[in-house]
Amino acid sequence: MNTPAIETFNLTRRFGDIVAVDNINIQVNNGELFGLLGPNGAGKTTLINMLSTMVTPSNGSAKVWGADITKNSSLVRKNIGMVFQGTTLDDKLTGKENLDLHGRLYGLPKQLRKQRIADVLELVELDDKADVIVKTYSGGMMRRLEIARGLMHHPKVLFLDEPTLGLDPQTRNHIWDYIRQLNKEKNVTIMLTTHYMEEADHLCNRIAIIDFGQVKALDTPENLKNALGGDVIILSVETRKLASRLLDLYNRNGSAGSVQQKDSSIYITIKDGAGQIPHVLKIASDAGINVLSVDLHRPTLDDVFLSYTGRAIREEETSSVDRIAHNLQARRH
Amino acid sequence: MANQVSSLSENIVIALNTVYTMWLREMLRFRRSKSRIIGSLATPLFFLVILGTAFNSSFEMRGGGQTNIDFLAPGIIGMAILFSSLIGGVSIIWDREFGFLKEILIAPVPRFFVALGKALGGVTTAMIQGTLIMLIAFVIGVEYQSYIGMAASVGVMLLIGLGFIGLGIALASQIESHEGFQLIMTFITMPVLLLSGAFFRIGDLPSWLKTLVYLDPLTYGIMALRYTLMGETEIPIHICIAVLFLFAAATIGLGGYMFQKAKT
Repeated sequence: MNTPAIETFNLTRRFGDIVAVDNINIQVNNGELFGLLGPNGAGKTTLINMLSTMVTPSNGSAKVWGADITKNSSLVRKNIGMVFQGTTLDDKLTGKENLDLHGRLYGLPKQLRKQRIADVLELVELDDKADVIVKTYSGGMMRRLEIARGLMHHPKVLFLDEPTLGLDPQTRNHIWDYIRQLNKEKNVTIMLTTHYMEEADHLCNRIAIIDFGQVKALDTPENLKNALGGDVIILSVETRKLASRLLDLYNRNGSAGSVQQKDSSIYITIKDGAGQIPHVLKIASDAGINVLSVDLHRPTLDDVFLSYTGRAIREEETSSVDRIAHNLQARRH
Repeated sequence: MANQVSSLSENIVIALNTVYTMWLREMLRFRRSKSRIIGSLATPLFFLVILGTAFNSSFEMRGGGQTNIDFLAPGIIGMAILFSSLIGGVSIIWDREFGFLKEILIAPVPRFFVALGKALGGVTTAMIQGTLIMLIAFVIGVEYQSYIGMAASVGVMLLIGLGFIGLGIALASQIESHEGFQLIMTFITMPVLLLSGAFFRIGDLPSWLKTLVYLDPLTYGIMALRYTLMGETEIPIHICIAVLFLFAAATIGLGGYMFQKAKT
């Protein structure tokens, strides 16, 4: 199949005055593992919900596996698997019963259903918990069961909304392995949303950085990092005010590279970073600014994100994860 | 043409399969909730035993013969069906709350038949409960007119249950939170139950109250149960069945329609 697995045309969704998804045009190739990276509230979930036919677009359109998401939504639904952000399991039933109901809803005949249940349970290593009530599962086990369920009907395209949200690092690594395995061995096209940089970096073939409902950048993680042009120097000074003065001086000295400020630090992205450090330090000492620390590293996705959105994803991350984890807890009681 | 026929039969298979899957889910859940089943039987049986005995010592029944507990039994069975089926329909609120609704809505199946399957599952639960109450009442001394009548009353339970579960689904599709659930229980179940003639004869009521009683669909259910179980009714049985049938068809249609429009 040469047509893209997913293609959007000026896809837009408004909620009242808020534009959650703003004229997005992306193409995801067959067999790709594609990431939507952005902070909470950036519009990733709305985008993925539109592509999975759960939310209707306000404007524009999209095709998933060749079918239009509004005109031919039932065909789209046949071809996709979806793992939602929160749990959507029936926690009064066993893992196996949840999978069996799913298989029935997707019209799998009895023998095939049995076979697939065994297959996916083995894949996510839940065979021994198959006949246990889901209520007693841990968060990681539920997630694995949801992924298993999303795969049971062999979807062409699998959507994963924050697949590792709120999981411990070990379980997260485990789930990354499953996702990779699915993508490589079963050749499932995967689109996932995340606000974890490592997740986007380690897993995805290509990433779209989404902020305020728009695609700010789209490329492979490698290219995104290289596009910043070299290394990142981070200088920390005593106050925010001094940092902006230093930034100003640096620009006025006609120095190369691009500079960004974050709190009382400035981030300089430049070729041959190590060779540039003396130059920067000289500017600081000439102005009498006391430099607290200097750090030099290869650009990470954090730097990419900062340069495209003007803020670090980290700043918002902790509090919102806590909030979501809290909400999930509250719902279970 | 041949294509159309095959796609039609395909659609029928999908519809039936959807209904069956949703019914199966309700049955799997029902099997797991033994304590809920026992709890749901306790309330009606308290009503039957305590009210039945108390009425016997407080009032003289006119027309002799029949005791108050015999008179109350069909009403209590109807009450159990009302509670169980409304809750069964409204349980869509919990499905939304706990996320499972999304799993159903994203599946490539028609939503109307999802709602229908859910309704049939809830009605089956209600019929099991109603039948158990009927049998327990029999054991503790309620005298039914015949075994055939007892069997026929299960059919009446089906009609009553479908009517109220359809109503429950329609309401649940509109209500976003479970706070609304309490409102439904207070403002629907109580008036519907109290106006239904489950606890009194309707013949001698003042006309304003009689009008309300005739407007209550449960009245026709209780009368039909009283006819099948006790062989007496204050409303002709064919009218009861016709009203119950229309009520069930209307609410199931409405419930299915509202569920299609429901937000996740």
